[in-house]
Amino acid sequence: MIVKFKLNGKEIVKDVPVYKRALDFLRDDLGILSVKEGCGEGECGACTILVDGKNVHSCLMLAVELDGKEVITVEGLEDKIIQNAYVEAGAIQCGFCTPGFIISTKALLEQNKNPSSEEIKEALEGNLCRCTGYLKIEDAVKLAAKMYNKGSDER
Amino acid sequence: MKEVTRKIPKKDALGLLLGKPVYTDDLAPKNSLIVKLLRSPHAFAKIKNIDISEASKIEGVECILTYKDVPRNPITRAGQGYPEPSPHDWYILDEYVRYVGDEVAIVAGKDEKCVNEALKKIKVEYEIFEPVLDFEKAEGHPSIIHPEKETHPMFEIGFDAQKNIAASYEMEIGSVEEELKKCDVVISERFYTQAQAHVAFEPHTAASYIDMHGRLIIISSTQVPFHVRRIIAEAFDIPIKNIRVIKPRIGGGFGGKQAVHGEPFVAAVTLKTGKPAKIVYTRQEVFEATYSRHPMRYDITLGASKDGKLKVIDMKGLSDTGAYGEHALTTFMVAGSKTLPLYNKVDAVRFSGKVVYTNKVPAGAYRGYGAIQGNFALESAIDMLAEKLGMDPIEFRKKNMIREGETSPIFKIMGEGREGVDMIVRSCKLNECVEEGMKLINWKEKFPRKKISETKYRGVGMAIAMQGSGIANIDMGAAVLKLNDDGSFNLLIGATDLGTGSDTILAQIAAEVLNVPTEDIIVYSSDTDLTPFDVGAYASSTTYVSGNAVKRAAEKMRKLIIKEGALKLGLDESNVDFDGKYIYEKNGSKKVSLKELATVLLYTENQKQLIADASYVGEESPPPFMAGFAEVEVDIETGKVKLINYIAVVDCGVTINPNLARIQVEGGLVQGIGMALFEDVKYSPNGKLLTNNLMHYKIPSRADIGNIIVKFVESYEPTGPFGAKSVAEIGIDTPPAAIANAIYNAVGVRIKTLPITPEKVLMSLNNK
Repeated sequence: MIVKFKLNGKEIVKDVPVYKRALDFLRDDLGILSVKEGCGEGECGACTILVDGKNVHSCLMLAVELDGKEVITVEGLEDKIIQNAYVEAGAIQCGFCTPGFIISTKALLEQNKNPSSEEIKEALEGNLCRCTGYLKIEDAVKLAAKMYNKGSDER
Repeated sequence: MKEVTRKIPKKDALGLLLGKPVYTDDLAPKNSLIVKLLRSPHAFAKIKNIDISEASKIEGVECILTYKDVPRNPITRAGQGYPEPSPHDWYILDEYVRYVGDEVAIVAGKDEKCVNEALKKIKVEYEIFEPVLDFEKAEGHPSIIHPEKETHPMFEIGFDAQKNIAASYEMEIGSVEEELKKCDVVISERFYTQAQAHVAFEPHTAASYIDMHGRLIIISSTQVPFHVRRIIAEAFDIPIKNIRVIKPRIGGGFGGKQAVHGEPFVAAVTLKTGKPAKIVYTRQEVFEATYSRHPMRYDITLGASKDGKLKVIDMKGLSDTGAYGEHALTTFMVAGSKTLPLYNKVDAVRFSGKVVYTNKVPAGAYRGYGAIQGNFALESAIDMLAEKLGMDPIEFRKKNMIREGETSPIFKIMGEGREGVDMIVRSCKLNECVEEGMKLINWKEKFPRKKISETKYRGVGMAIAMQGSGIANIDMGAAVLKLNDDGSFNLLIGATDLGTGSDTILAQIAAEVLNVPTEDIIVYSSDTDLTPFDVGAYASSTTYVSGNAVKRAAEKMRKLIIKEGALKLGLDESNVDFDGKYIYEKNGSKKVSLKELATVLLYTENQKQLIADASYVGEESPPPFMAGFAEVEVDIETGKVKLINYIAVVDCGVTINPNLARIQVEGGLVQGIGMALFEDVKYSPNGKLLTNNLMHYKIPSRADIGNIIVKFVESYEPTGPFGAKSVAEIGIDTPPAAIANAIYNAVGVRIKTLPITPEKVLMSLNNK
């Protein structure tokens, strides 16, 4: 089936088998390697992508469901504010789950410019990490919020 | 210190955050055959007949291999020293299958679809045996899990396959029986720990291809590239020189990748077809068919005099290694060797027991490596003894625990798989850890409990722990430093960064010695062709062992720079020094920049490549120490335990990178908390793992872990690089015992079987 959608700002038109998962379509056919398969059943969040501004698990989605949608992955984030905040907060270990966290952070900060600790916990509950213990990730989200807000103050 | 003790971001941080292609699956050749495994549906069976004819006809299928098609050399998958203390009891494929998930056949094809189809079309006839599923009934069970005659240990490890015993061990100092008679108070208790799963987020992945020279190249998410090279050579009867193993970035390990897993299967396909091949385990396969933690049972007897002196420790253990004896003896011994020295003033101590085979998921290395199992038992029992003595559990510990400058006879007697090394504990700030932790959790105010409401009680509990820093006289790491024409350095190390940040801290160590910025040290690690040997990332060895190797190599490089600089300046070496930028005359004005010297050395004058190497083997294994304090809230209506606070105060020597040290401890704590409270392992009656996905096997999310505070006490280890000890494992050890103790203090029920689920708490409350 032909799918037409916007990936990181670029129009994609591609023939894709109806059984193919969005995750495999992105990784294997479109070379979007930031999207990782951690569990394949929507539990870990390593495959999180933004679809029309919502963070979703691409392992639970079919490629054909992307039709007509706007998709953003880590490769397509315009600024690197969230990434820089994660670096500065030291919120990274093996990095396998991190692109998923970045996307969920983006989804949160788009909705909520000053999230509380509780709101961060809730927003990132669908993303699991086995290395970091989560504490620095929370710091990174707060730092990213601060960096965004500072940026908009200056403007 | 300029570079060491700085919170430098991980060198690979931004690359990882941008989602660059850096993991094995990202780097596997694009035309790789997809490899999958047919796995046994039975816990114990013999393959009577295997028919691949239908499956082979499926379009796109390139090859199907069974036990008849691969060499049958007994090996161990465990990536340890060599010879390994694990029995050689594993075959690439075998006619026996010993657990649900054991490999039956290798299928390779052009895509996942055809391979999956072929897997369904392979017809296997099994002769099914009664499996051994209860490790307490394994010894002497009529079913013998390893009846084959080729299986053997590399040296004496107490192996007895006829009785399903993979290893056994016994030691005694003084006379436990005699000393117990002299004790005023004695307790005997039994504890169980579960087969925790690692859940590293990158599933086990391996790729292979043949290079232009006909050599087998393996890319793998492994903790032990050099061991992988040796084991693959042994399994396939091919020379080590014909194999290269590359470890790119890897998505976590925690011990689960301290072994070969997918590598033999892709290698078999590539060797057979000449084509590139890759295998990416599914999450279910990772759960069912890689490694778990060794479940253990401990019977502990403690004896003390009424004034609170601990006189006797007796630990009798039983460990379940599953279908293969990987890390069987060593994890068992570590349960003693990394707990018993905590109480070094006893009159008699005994540690004994067996590691048995069962028809379950093989157990292997896992962060803590026996220490967490032993710690849960011993540190729970210590609280029970203190209560019986009528003493505060912290006062009891402080009276009996190890102090700086002391030793323990255990160090010499118990090593890993063999004798250990006598040593004085040169750095031990355990007392400071305890004091600081008491303050941070407000122990005096909160101990033992506070009533929050009619149904909720809060309690505090604690535990102390120790680990090691590499395996003394066994673990070796090497480093090479190479000067480039712009004055930067390549640091080549066999050490294996699992995501921990070891590449970064090793660069910091080199930079500190050379007095250059860490950014000028370009790290390349873990490639058996291009980097020097290192045993790999395990046993909390990298900072201490590989770190010392890097420090020595950098010191050599510094000397070489001074030597060549002196030549260039026409001065005597003794008259010259190097400050990181310039090689200069000590009492004069002559100088040359490192960059200029580096350039002329390569292109114009006295031409040579400056290169320095060093190796390091620890003569000691200085233990990091910590005290862990838990505050829990127990709901007596539901049995639910909520972790309110966890305080960890750690002595890991000097923290080379305080940020990376902290995140290691935080991550370790959360895994330990998971083991204590959530991570339950269940099997079906016929031996199938039921908790084989993240829905049924719950690991902690951010919402589960309460408030965590990690603090480092000031400490300096004289044998470590710039005073450092290890930090990788110590964080995981205390949560099970500290949380169990806190629950007891809150509501008076003692849970002795992990994990501490609401069901267990509620049942105990009801039986009280």
